[in-house]
Amino acid sequence: MINYALALGFIAVSLALLMNLWRLATGPTVMDRVLAVDTMVINTIALIILYGIRESTAVYFESALLMAMFGFISTVAYCRFVLRGDVIE
Amino acid sequence: MNIYIEALIAFHIILGAFFIFVGSFGMIKLPELMSRLHGPSKATTLGVGGFLVGSMIHFGATEGRISIQEILITFFLFITAPVTAHFIAKAYMHAELKPEKLPKPDGRYGWNTYASVEDVKLAAREQATGSDLQG
Repeated sequence: MINYALALGFIAVSLALLMNLWRLATGPTVMDRVLAVDTMVINTIALIILYGIRESTAVYFESALLMAMFGFISTVAYCRFVLRGDVIE
Repeated sequence: MNIYIEALIAFHIILGAFFIFVGSFGMIKLPELMSRLHGPSKATTLGVGGFLVGSMIHFGATEGRISIQEILITFFLFITAPVTAHFIAKAYMHAELKPEKLPKPDGRYGWNTYASVEDVKLAAREQATGSDLQG
């Protein structure tokens, strides 16, 4: 039963990533693209968690934690750059 | 593994998959960024939370231990998602929107994010002296 649910989860997250890629390519403003990249990072975290459940190993969760941290920091850096023209003043 | 626990894990995974799909679908479907921001900042975070709950039940049932990483990821994502949404909205307001086109707030002062240094100093001075001048 879990295998079918995992297959559905992989399909849904992959479709979500493709939709994020569409928004990243055609976003009218810069902030649309920043939002698309931020969502892609969160969806990649979801993909890593699903892979960890499928392989029954907790090794990959550290990488998910690292991606969560770096995604947050990079989004904040992009927003600072758009707001101020500089990341660290 | 018990069939009920398996069904519980599958339910959480399907719930998370649905919410992640809805979040990204809202991001390509809604008309402009201020409404697009709702999908990723609420639905996608909830979807990842569903995956993490399913993963915690899975590792609790198979290995008999509570793994701390899932709790850390949940904590971190649920703290950072509102901060990210706030930053993106603020940068968008300064980059694209003009304050004249926005609805006017009720109070005596305008939008705080557009206030200049002189506005903030004036407001602080009025508050300190307790004057009730109509600004």
